[in-house]
Amino acid sequence: MSERITTADVVKVAKLARLDLDPAAIERTTAQLAGMLEHFADIDALDLGDVQPMNQPYPLVNVFRDDVIVAGLNRDEVLAAAPDAEDGRFRVPPILGLDS
Amino acid sequence: MSETSVSQGTTGTAGSFVYTAGPATGNEILIDGWELIVGLEVHVELATLTKLFSASANRFGDDPNTNIDPVTLGLPGALPVLNRHAVELAMRIGLALNCTIQPSTFHRKNYFYPDMPKAYQISQYDQPINVNGFLALPDGKQIGIERAHLEEDTGKSTHFGGTGGRIHGSDYSLIDFNRAGVPLVEIVSRPDIRTAEEARQYVTELRSILVAIGASDAKMEEGSMRCDANVSVHKPGTPYGTRCEIKNVNSIRSLGRAIEYEARRQIDMNDAGETVRQETRHWDENDGRTHTLRSKEDADDYRYFLEPDLVPLHPSAEWIQAVRDAMPMLPGARRARLSQATGVPADAEAIMVVVERGQDDYVLAVAAAGGDVGRALVHVKEAFADEGATPTVPAADLAGLTLLEVRGSITATQAKTVLADIVAAGGGDATAIAAAKGFEAMDTGALEAMVDQVLADNPVAWAKYCSGEDKAMGALVGAAMKASQGKADGKLVTALVQAKRKG
Repeated sequence: MSERITTADVVKVAKLARLDLDPAAIERTTAQLAGMLEHFADIDALDLGDVQPMNQPYPLVNVFRDDVIVAGLNRDEVLAAAPDAEDGRFRVPPILGLDS
Repeated sequence: MSETSVSQGTTGTAGSFVYTAGPATGNEILIDGWELIVGLEVHVELATLTKLFSASANRFGDDPNTNIDPVTLGLPGALPVLNRHAVELAMRIGLALNCTIQPSTFHRKNYFYPDMPKAYQISQYDQPINVNGFLALPDGKQIGIERAHLEEDTGKSTHFGGTGGRIHGSDYSLIDFNRAGVPLVEIVSRPDIRTAEEARQYVTELRSILVAIGASDAKMEEGSMRCDANVSVHKPGTPYGTRCEIKNVNSIRSLGRAIEYEARRQIDMNDAGETVRQETRHWDENDGRTHTLRSKEDADDYRYFLEPDLVPLHPSAEWIQAVRDAMPMLPGARRARLSQATGVPADAEAIMVVVERGQDDYVLAVAAAGGDVGRALVHVKEAFADEGATPTVPAADLAGLTLLEVRGSITATQAKTVLADIVAAGGGDATAIAAAKGFEAMDTGALEAMVDQVLADNPVAWAKYCSGEDKAMGALVGAAMKASQGKADGKLVTALVQAKRKG
């Protein structure tokens, strides 16, 4: 982590995550994230050339299920829990325009 | 992410690869001095019973939201578990495309869009299961395959209000999650395609392979096979141009049209001194043009990270070998086999058509039953279009017909008539049917007498032929066929006429 995280980085990530942060929250979050990233910088400083990257903390590979159908959820119950539904489907607001 | 109710899909994950143009060879196919460079991303839905990470049915055409479960809906606490059969089908695809199967992982591709309720799609990113393969077109040209990776499909959005179901200006959307979580393999080609026709051949061949290995039904009209095209143009010997990604191509024919349109658009822009922008463009079938879909720079910021709820996938060498051993013969190998048996080129129409219908085994069975393999190929292509891979006519019956033909007992025209009866009845003895129709070969003496008469009756055509106008032969043979009421063998007549000119 050679470069420190900036408020501009935080604003961009917040936007991608649909988080509405006010200026004070952006300042606070930037400082907190910078602290976390400094910890990674400590790890970066170690010589780890002969350590394999860890993809997963569990010592497992190849966990599978068989291709067998199991009844799922009841549509009417699921749609009753949704904010809005129509014609057997979930009804959602216009999709473009969320960014503006 | 889905942009309309019909198109969908994940933007390619291959964006990090850099390709460099080689030096000009002089053999490039040029359009007004520009070379077309195309790479294709094909998504195929796998023919599993259930979804990639949950046990809901993977079934097209069911009532909306009837195949949903906590994993599909991204409900809190739901955990994905990988479908073994989906992995096996992905491995079949990798082997069929000459890929290396390697240890792989799954990532989360993060975006907010209602067709993926957990706000990310699980996909393979920097460690895909299949890499570095190729697909051979019927003429032998190899198109490189960058990767063929597993991922889950998105739900289906339908937009209402606004203008004509388009996403722009719509009032609201309805979402069906039956398709969300259906297993996909995304097959990414290298930019080795140079013409719209090659693109069509690539997708046609890929589709045949996918169907042959049982990986997918690969129906573009039902969306179980979807194709995006990366298109750019450049002058040979210069770097590749800026590419545009074309989406919403819903048939092989549209793919060719979209590529041709897009190439023309980019060439015209370049020739006018304008700059092609890197963007996603939407093919409109109705007006035959591509339109800007999005060019937002941060639209592709998906913040991939390893999916913590899934463990790595390491297919063992034994498993890979077992999948390889169970692979059926692929269309290319079947064409080569039929080509070898018949002496007809592997990319000839008859071979392409018969192998596509899966009737090549039948043609070879006719040969094994003592029939003439070349005539069998022609008859199966012409008369068995409505039959499946195993025609009802016994191979021995067709063999009998081809023998009558090659022995000169009946003419090709008569053979067609006899075959029509055999097909209608689901079988039959060609000799008996030919005899019942009064088809018998004219003996050589009678044939020669008839040919002499024809030459006497057609002095102008005969004179032209004798003076070296070979095409006059057609009129003479036609007259002979008419005089014999179709009983004469056209080849024998031709040989006799040729002999008489020499003589």
